[in-house]
Amino acid sequence: MSPEAPERLPPLRRKSVSFGWLDGLLLALLLAAFGYFAWRTQTVLYYKWDWSTVWPWIVRVDPRTGGWVPNAILLGLATTLRLAVWGIMLAAVIGAVMGWARTSQRLLPRLISTSYVMLIRNIPPIVFVFVFVFFITSQILPSLGIADRAARLSPEVQWWLSVLFGPTNRIENFIVGLICLSVFTGAYVTEIVRAGIESVPRAQVEAGNSLGLTRFQVLRDIVFPQALRNVIPPLSNQFIQMIKDSSLVSLVSVQELTFVAQDIQISTQRVFEVLLFVGLIYFLICWSLSALFGKLERDATRVRG
Amino acid sequence: MSRDGQPMIALSGVNKWFGTFHVLKDIDLEIHAGQRVVVCGPSGSGKSTLIRCINRLEEHDEGQIVVDGITLDEDMRNVAAIRREVGMVFQQFNLFPHLSVLDNCVLAQRRARGTPKAEARERAMHYLERVRIPEQAAKYPAQLSGGQQQRVAIARSLCMEPKVMLFDEPTSALDPEMIKEVLDVMIDLAQSGMTMICVTHEMGFARKVADKMVFMDHGRIVETAPPDRFFAAPASERTQLFLSQILSH
Ligand SMILES: Nc1ncnc2c1ncn2[C@@H]1O[C@H](COP(=O)(O)OP(=O)(O)OP(=O)(O)O)[C@@H](O)[C@H]1O
Ligand SMILES: [Mg+2]
Repeated sequence: MSPEAPERLPPLRRKSVSFGWLDGLLLALLLAAFGYFAWRTQTVLYYKWDWSTVWPWIVRVDPRTGGWVPNAILLGLATTLRLAVWGIMLAAVIGAVMGWARTSQRLLPRLISTSYVMLIRNIPPIVFVFVFVFFITSQILPSLGIADRAARLSPEVQWWLSVLFGPTNRIENFIVGLICLSVFTGAYVTEIVRAGIESVPRAQVEAGNSLGLTRFQVLRDIVFPQALRNVIPPLSNQFIQMIKDSSLVSLVSVQELTFVAQDIQISTQRVFEVLLFVGLIYFLICWSLSALFGKLERDATRVRG
Repeated sequence: MSRDGQPMIALSGVNKWFGTFHVLKDIDLEIHAGQRVVVCGPSGSGKSTLIRCINRLEEHDEGQIVVDGITLDEDMRNVAAIRREVGMVFQQFNLFPHLSVLDNCVLAQRRARGTPKAEARERAMHYLERVRIPEQAAKYPAQLSGGQQQRVAIARSLCMEPKVMLFDEPTSALDPEMIKEVLDVMIDLAQSGMTMICVTHEMGFARKVADKMVFMDHGRIVETAPPDRFFAAPASERTQLFLSQILSH
């Protein structure tokens, strides 16, 4: 805290990029390597590219009405996006609560949150997905009868439900996948939140306490906002990771992008086209999300130093 | 003002340990409404710990602390009640970096007192004017100098309209040219009749405003005296030594 802080902080400096002969050489090498692989696929693997089989899986013509309707890839994309949006929110809530519990003075919250993180961090994701879905969720969720209840709702409500959570007949399956993904990601978010909370100096808590704020108010109004600002980079990383991890729930038949891609591969035999196309979609989602987080980070650090 | 004759703050037989380290030893101290007390002593003598016990940032192990008739104990409602009456200013300012100067002053009013927004802002501006920086209200703490930050911290405490203000070396982290602007605000506050306990080595300030000097060493209150006697004829040898060291600068 220098006593003579400048009136306005200097803008974040970006190093200017220069292109030298070394960069040229590296670029040439890269192109050569790429060309070699292209040549290999053409001459050695004899793989004949046929992209035309992919397109009908994006949209198709409805035979009854004659109009265009989204086909498997778009429907899968919608499911992936739903998983992403709800998953980020749910994982953030789990991470916030568990992250607080990790730093709590009390034994029970600490014990619960520590075991939660330890359990998930130390088993392979696939094992977690199967165990979680078959032993835990599938025992509890059917007893709630969500699908039946949803079917009895008015058409407008059903329409909204299908926009938010996907087709009502598959809603239970979607919720299982969503909870599974969020609980899984939540463990990593917990650790990030804990690090964030611990990065806020104890003196901030004391200042809040001395003003008569309660423990909860100090956490909500003083510690969390600062903690969040300090962990935007690892947090965005984790959320991007989550979108890629959402492909894991295809294992339990949630019909998201990866599930759909496997389906199409089987019926068309066009393995690489489908994989590459779906990969590109994932790339675009994750890339836009990182751009968004990058902007958030610049906004958060701009004025307040 | 507290009830007639009853001290605003009364510590009796207070002891505290950090592990096995005996940091406060048999502290007895009474401060009446409107009194200004300056606490001094060598580093590590327990000055910060003493005033931090008064608003329970530290828990004492033995003895009794009564603030404005409320006894500090395990009961969090008593702690909260006392914290609403007692403001504190820290050596490192401890402003909330994610909030503007104005919001630093508004937050606790809204949350702890439930003051309506407009009123809270008005009071915040009133006290920012009193510490002579109303024009900085929209800035963030990192954009202010140390002296300005410390004055905001004082305004932030005053917004809660406390009956007592605690200062823990409020000028020690400041460059010399900024010490005066903070001390001026504190002198102002003292003249308005605020009950104050200041841990400070600014002896000029002490001579000017203190009603009572308290000298601590090794966790004990070694000497308590009015400032003229304290500076002219300190009774204890340790006080003499301490004063000769800090006044020789
Ligand atoms: N949380 C703590 N745990 C253990 N020991 C502590 C703690 N806080 C302070 N101490 C020790 O207690 C003693 C008194 O500390 P205190 O901060 O009250 O001294 P001080 O008189 O304010 O000193 P200074 O002038 O350096 O601020 C010091 O020796 C310090 O190391
Ligand atoms: Mg101290």
